[in-house]
Amino acid sequence: MSLTPPYHQALTERFLQVVPHVRELGMSIVDLQTEGIHIRLPYREEWLGDVVHGLIHPGIISTLVDSGSGLAVLARLENPEPIATLDLRMDYQRPALKDLALDCRAEAYRVTPHIVFVRATVWQTDESKPVALSQLAFMRSSTSKKRVV
Amino acid sequence: MSNAFSEARRIARESKNYNALTALMPYARFIGVKLLEVDGQPRAQLPYRPSLIGNAQMPALHGGVTAAFMENAALMQLLLQMDETRVPKSIDFAIDYLKPGRPEDIYADCKISRLGQRVAHVAINCWQRSPDQVIAVARGHFLLTSTE
Repeated sequence: MSLTPPYHQALTERFLQVVPHVRELGMSIVDLQTEGIHIRLPYREEWLGDVVHGLIHPGIISTLVDSGSGLAVLARLENPEPIATLDLRMDYQRPALKDLALDCRAEAYRVTPHIVFVRATVWQTDESKPVALSQLAFMRSSTSKKRVV
Repeated sequence: MSNAFSEARRIARESKNYNALTALMPYARFIGVKLLEVDGQPRAQLPYRPSLIGNAQMPALHGGVTAAFMENAALMQLLLQMDETRVPKSIDFAIDYLKPGRPEDIYADCKISRLGQRVAHVAINCWQRSPDQVIAVARGHFLLTSTE
């Protein structure tokens, strides 16, 4: 077992304590590595989008993906840097069911000086049966460094 | 056959009271979505509250909240406009962020661009302050059940 590097430790604390909406939803970090992250959203009845059929609202799955993907970008960059989501695409593979937590794994698989590309998977009990697959692009603000100099 | 969604829609159409509809969609109620009608067109509003912030430094709204609000607006528009007996299933949803969301109310206007036998395509604009100050555009495909 390796010690968590200070930057990743700071990132974990910042994510959980400083992002108001993440705090309100009660997300937790299961794993955080340079190569990718895994976060979890415990189930609440408030997440339902259809009480009659007991299905979780797709909207909160996007929120989980956006949060996890932003975290994956920062974990990969290994330096604090402002980032912004440019776009996000969700492909819903199957309904998300009540009473079950949602897990999200995200990987920043390509980093360029200005853009970072991320893919994310969301599942409930079986990672091989995803609820949603997602693709995102983030803009880095690394160019602003040049302006400062 | 009447069911919970049909009944909620009837109330919404007749009295412009959307409480019965949002009661069936707890997440819409959780983020605090309101439905308005402007010039006969439905419009969704998300009143600002500090816990919707995703970037405390800027500060800016959580991008996921903007996406969720827009997708929810599309679902509610389909429920109100069609005779669906359940919430349409989301097939896919894509959002492009144009500007960070200021810590203020956001609004969404939806347009059903195509209505097929089984699939609806909905385009959604999200703005702040005035409809020309767009912060995000999105579109989604939704599976309809009323034809089943």
